[in-house]
Amino acid sequence: MTTAAAKPTAIRTRNIGVSFAGVSVLRDITIEIAAGEIHGLVGENGAGKSTLGKVIGGYYAASTGDVEVFGRRADPWNPRVALGQGVALMHQELQLVPDLTVAQNVFLGIEEKRFGVLRGTESARLATLMASSGFALDPDAVVSSLSIADRQKIEILRALARDAKVIIMDEPTSSLAKAEVVQLHQTMQSLRDAGRTVIYVSHFLDDILSVADRVTVLRDGNHVFTKSTSELNKAAIVSAMLGGGKTETPFPERRTSQNAELALEVEGLNAPTGVRAVSLHMRKGEIVGLIGLVGSGRTEIARAIIGADPSSGTIRLDGQELIQRSPFLSTERGIVLVPEDRRKQGLVMTLPVRPNMTLPHLRRFSWRGLMQRKSEAEKVRNLLSDFRVRPEEPEGDVALFSGGNQQKVVIGKWLMGNPKVVILDEPSRGVDVGARQRIHQAIAELAAKGVAVLIISSEIEEVLGLAHRAYYVDRGRIVEEINPAETDEASVLAALFRHQSESQPSVTQ
Amino acid sequence: MTRHSAARFFQDYAVLIMIAVLTIVLTSLSDSFLSAQNLLNILNQNAPLAIMASAMTLVIIAGGFDLSVGAIFAMGAVASAWIALHVDPYIGLLLAPMVGLVLGLVNGVIITTLKVHSFLATIATSLIFKGIAIVISDGKLIPVRMVEFTWLGREKLGGVFVAIWIMVAFALLLSFVLTRSSLGRQILAVGGNQEAAILSGIRANRVKITTFAIAGCAAGIAAAIATSRVSMGQAAAGTGLELNSIAAVILGGTSIYGGSGAIWRSIAGVMLLALVNNGFNILNADPFYRDLTTGLIILGAIGVSASGKRAR
Repeated sequence: MTTAAAKPTAIRTRNIGVSFAGVSVLRDITIEIAAGEIHGLVGENGAGKSTLGKVIGGYYAASTGDVEVFGRRADPWNPRVALGQGVALMHQELQLVPDLTVAQNVFLGIEEKRFGVLRGTESARLATLMASSGFALDPDAVVSSLSIADRQKIEILRALARDAKVIIMDEPTSSLAKAEVVQLHQTMQSLRDAGRTVIYVSHFLDDILSVADRVTVLRDGNHVFTKSTSELNKAAIVSAMLGGGKTETPFPERRTSQNAELALEVEGLNAPTGVRAVSLHMRKGEIVGLIGLVGSGRTEIARAIIGADPSSGTIRLDGQELIQRSPFLSTERGIVLVPEDRRKQGLVMTLPVRPNMTLPHLRRFSWRGLMQRKSEAEKVRNLLSDFRVRPEEPEGDVALFSGGNQQKVVIGKWLMGNPKVVILDEPSRGVDVGARQRIHQAIAELAAKGVAVLIISSEIEEVLGLAHRAYYVDRGRIVEEINPAETDEASVLAALFRHQSESQPSVTQ
Repeated sequence: MTRHSAARFFQDYAVLIMIAVLTIVLTSLSDSFLSAQNLLNILNQNAPLAIMASAMTLVIIAGGFDLSVGAIFAMGAVASAWIALHVDPYIGLLLAPMVGLVLGLVNGVIITTLKVHSFLATIATSLIFKGIAIVISDGKLIPVRMVEFTWLGREKLGGVFVAIWIMVAFALLLSFVLTRSSLGRQILAVGGNQEAAILSGIRANRVKITTFAIAGCAAGIAAAIATSRVSMGQAAAGTGLELNSIAAVILGGTSIYGGSGAIWRSIAGVMLLALVNNGFNILNADPFYRDLTTGLIILGAIGVSASGKRAR
């Protein structure tokens, strides 16, 4: 297995650094990926594994350093050039045209034409391609009728049709059933045996360990190591992902809330978005964490609670059952959600800061339907200065604010009212240290006021540092309740991977 | 930086600049153009369209399109004339806005419950509304030669046509709603980012239904004025007004993607279209070139606003 040195190098990254809007996401990554190997890329959420995959595939430009493909410096480098040189990226969200057939999708853009007229040779060409690659699909099946595993095969065939020598798969198994994962792994192995290179980005460590030849671990945008799988086990990878003395800003002090009254009770919540029999409770002044891997259904639970998605089950607020649930009713009742994607779900970019912040409180700032702009502006100005939003400009164009300041606006808009339950989805994603600290302080202040806070974060440390209690979430279910004060990040990750293996038994052999 | 802000200024006020240029050109070419008489006539003639374009602005800002306002206009025209003839002329005039409001509500409810794009839904409802208007009128003209009916479109109040007063009042009211009211804020938010608005507790569907109801009501008001003016109701009335309204809104610089815009812009858009028409009339230019010119101006306006989008 450790023959990588003998094989030629397919991809070499040299001192790759990437930063988005001033926030550094990858730093000084130098790795070599050999031709004809399956190379696993692992790391915690936000460690930069997908980003590295996308840099290699040409989707993100590196701020520093360069990529070398089969010994040639890749410059310029974009998805089209990458494909031309045999590097194909399979996105997490598949990029297929659902209404076209398998064959049409595989050869999309490279159809054989004569005088601009399609020759209709796609099915025949696909048959040849499938014979040589060992895949079997009906060339004339319409893509929308196929399973996700089959669609992934189409993506792979599409890459092969363009003679891809390196295929990057970004979290390909996140929506696959176990049998389909096995299938995909077999596919990867046959690609490797045919001399092609697979870069396998995943947070499923069992999967990576069962097929990858070598594994690269990233942590906080840094390269930890690249080792042969035979020298590794799960524990070694987890400890590398976590690292030693990670620097974290101090968390605000946790106040006890042991005997407070119940604020929110959820019983047997089910939603078609994948929430299954979720029961949880939150006391007044309590900070409760939801810990789970990306795609584990944390966000879906939050959306079901506020009524953004339809759901069945019982939800009680202050002991009163909430029969009808919708975002409007939830806002009226004081149950609010700070969504994870501030640009898509949190902010109205066409409006300045002031109307964004008062959007949930229009009734309070209006009198007989007329906006009271003076009191509105005054309240917003106070909040901006309290929250240290920069620029401190109520009429500022929020689209031009930095991520951290945008996030402060999104969170701040809810603090203007008197919510009873606040759900924060990824409250400090992509924000700088200062904003992060201010946001943590605001969360602690909310709890001190008696608000029940539900915090969802991919940063386990953040949940452990803030929450009084936490639940593990796996595939839409709550699997365990823990006391964050009595655990650490390593045991949380270990527990998460254990739960994950239990529901999806390891797919070795 | 200065070049950038100059370009920005040109984009923001393109419609006013074009009106100014056209005014200067027409004034220098014709003595009769810049007279109170001519200008009041232009306003009077375009009052119905301006009323409809003002309301269309709200629909477009909220992220929708209403292609049925022309058909609602026809329904309003037929209904008001029929009632005026058979029941009472005043009730007839009052009925048109009511009919429009109800049809607009129907549009809004269909769009939000079926979750279809407003573009498609209003193409279908426009055929239905027009069809009903044809059935009611039996495909014939309904003449209403009564002063109790025709005053709305023909009389003056303080030297200015009643229609102009109504147009000014309606545009001011909608401006006020958009910029000062809670409803206006909700319209801007829903059009700017529906998901964020819903998660902020705004009932986006209600907001959208309201904009369609306002657009329908405006078409009814416009129909009452126009029917009264020509003293005749017919199902063929209003054809093309939906496209003219949308053209005026876009010409004024309101974003077709929703989320931003202003009522005065659409009024200015209507006036720009009107000046082109008026120019052809007073210069005795070949009317065969009128559509061509109007089309080129609209294309130019879209180009200016699109270049702004790309620059951002």
